[in-house]
Amino acid sequence: MKLTPKSATLLVLAVLVALSPLFFPSGYYYRVGALIFVNGIAVTGIVILTGWAGQISLGHAGFAGIGAYACALAPAHWSLHPALAVVLGAAISALLAWLVGRPILRLRGYYLGVATLGFGILVSMVLNNERDLTRGPDGIEVPELGLRALLKGWGLDLSNGQFWYFFCGLCLIAGAWLALNLYNSPTGRALRALHGSEVAARTVGVDLARMKLQAFMISAVYASVSGSLLALQNKFITPDVAGFMHSIEMVTMAVLGGVGSVLGAIFGAGALTLLPQALTVFAEYEQMVLGLVMMLVMIFLREGLLPSILRKLRGRGE
Amino acid sequence: MSELIQFLFSGVTVGAVYALVALGFTIIYNASDVVNFAQGEFVMLGGMITWFAHEAGLPLPLAALIAIVLTSALGVAMNKLAIEPARGAPVVSLIIITIGASIFIQGTAQLVFGKQIHTFPAFSGDTPIHVGGATILPQSLWMIAGALAVFLALWLFFSRTLLGRAVMATANNRLAAQLVGINTNFVMTLSFALSAAIGALGGVLATPVTLTAYGVGIGFALKGFAGAMLGGMGNPKGALLGGFLIGLIEALTAGYLSSQYKDAVAFVVILLVLFFLPQGLFGRKTTDRV
Repeated sequence: MKLTPKSATLLVLAVLVALSPLFFPSGYYYRVGALIFVNGIAVTGIVILTGWAGQISLGHAGFAGIGAYACALAPAHWSLHPALAVVLGAAISALLAWLVGRPILRLRGYYLGVATLGFGILVSMVLNNERDLTRGPDGIEVPELGLRALLKGWGLDLSNGQFWYFFCGLCLIAGAWLALNLYNSPTGRALRALHGSEVAARTVGVDLARMKLQAFMISAVYASVSGSLLALQNKFITPDVAGFMHSIEMVTMAVLGGVGSVLGAIFGAGALTLLPQALTVFAEYEQMVLGLVMMLVMIFLREGLLPSILRKLRGRGE
Repeated sequence: MSELIQFLFSGVTVGAVYALVALGFTIIYNASDVVNFAQGEFVMLGGMITWFAHEAGLPLPLAALIAIVLTSALGVAMNKLAIEPARGAPVVSLIIITIGASIFIQGTAQLVFGKQIHTFPAFSGDTPIHVGGATILPQSLWMIAGALAVFLALWLFFSRTLLGRAVMATANNRLAAQLVGINTNFVMTLSFALSAAIGALGGVLATPVTLTAYGVGIGFALKGFAGAMLGGMGNPKGALLGGFLIGLIEALTAGYLSSQYKDAVAFVVILLVLFFLPQGLFGRKTTDRV
């Protein structure tokens, strides 16, 4: 049986999520795994925006911040269920992406990078300054999602770490599935066409600005959901989630693993999430390493780590 | 009234640095179509290295000179090691490279110079000058004079010297410039050297007033970029004016609206320019070459 790339990607992800816990030395690793999945969701959005539509955002953490604070604020102020708060955050993120993207995406390349850089800084400024609402830099607590208690009622008793590990894992697989469906849809083909050559895409009737705008909005929703999941599992959130360095981390993860491939980008998310866990001194050098990775990958391995490795392996097989 | 004058003074003061950053952007953008996100780091390095050398006992002018030369060398290294090898890469790859360079320089500066805020003495003392009921620092005059001098020098360089015209020719059409015997690689290197030196000069002039720390670069880059876009991307006159305008709008926002959100000005200006005036104040309408 020949697997399509789509089902192969989903199969690899499902096997990794299901089997990795067999090798966990302690319960702590469920938490690390869940973090990898949360970052994986965000970078899947980056793949859609950067890998497929050829645009870059340097403020995607702003959307993660909106998703995270939606889960903290909407239940507290409007007694909205946290699950609906996730949807609300995603809707606000999509709306803001539309507002910011619409004037910009008619223009070429770097404008979105600059404008999103400003957007991210603005969101993080609001989260830090509006103390009456967000309690400022100290952060704010986030209510319990409640799904774990529900599962327990049904006889599935998971520890907190296990629950979030499998829940985020499932969300990641769902996110990857949606992204891969998009890849094979007319929209996805149009996106890749415009990445290949904007002029050629336009001549065959692709509405460039609309396609780029869609990609930007979809990727904003991915970032928002990833922020929401982070907030819900930590039950606490600080404005750092919207910080500039978080935006840079997202881009670096995607670029490192392979910005054109969902599996590659998730691999990058895994590598850069594990690195600080393995090297405690890493925190001090984080910026240097991220910057270096971005430059080196773009100069020497433009496809990213995973696709380059796969190509090597395949080349040897033939 | 005196309040307004005071805001205008502080706006022109920071605007001078933004103008220098915008001019630096413009030089590299013209020569190579690269938008250099690391431009703000040159400003940070200019201030930081001067502080470091001054702290080590060197006289201030010498420390400043060292800072400008070293930053300029770093600009050249960045072009040789990171931009040239990626020639022909899509815009997004170039953005990732320059933002990577920016983060890398920030991280290194954090390790070398620490996380503290640094400064060094102003060039001509700290006695404020009283004008029309408001005050202005002598250092502000240095900053404004610096921005104007750099603009003038660039204008003379680009219009009156052979080398400057070679840069303009490369900006216009790289292939045609190569065909008439211009060494376009050298032009690129020169642009990075010039641009980094101008950024570092901005840092040297501004640090006694604005202070410096390892993370200030990205803010300068964003505001300088906003200035360059407001003036019209690629136009030196526009960059100068746009930089000063961003400084003024920011100071007025801080004075009359909210000092917490003054940093949002650059972002709002970028969006408004893209909405209503994509060519900027002085930009020409461009068409893409296919």
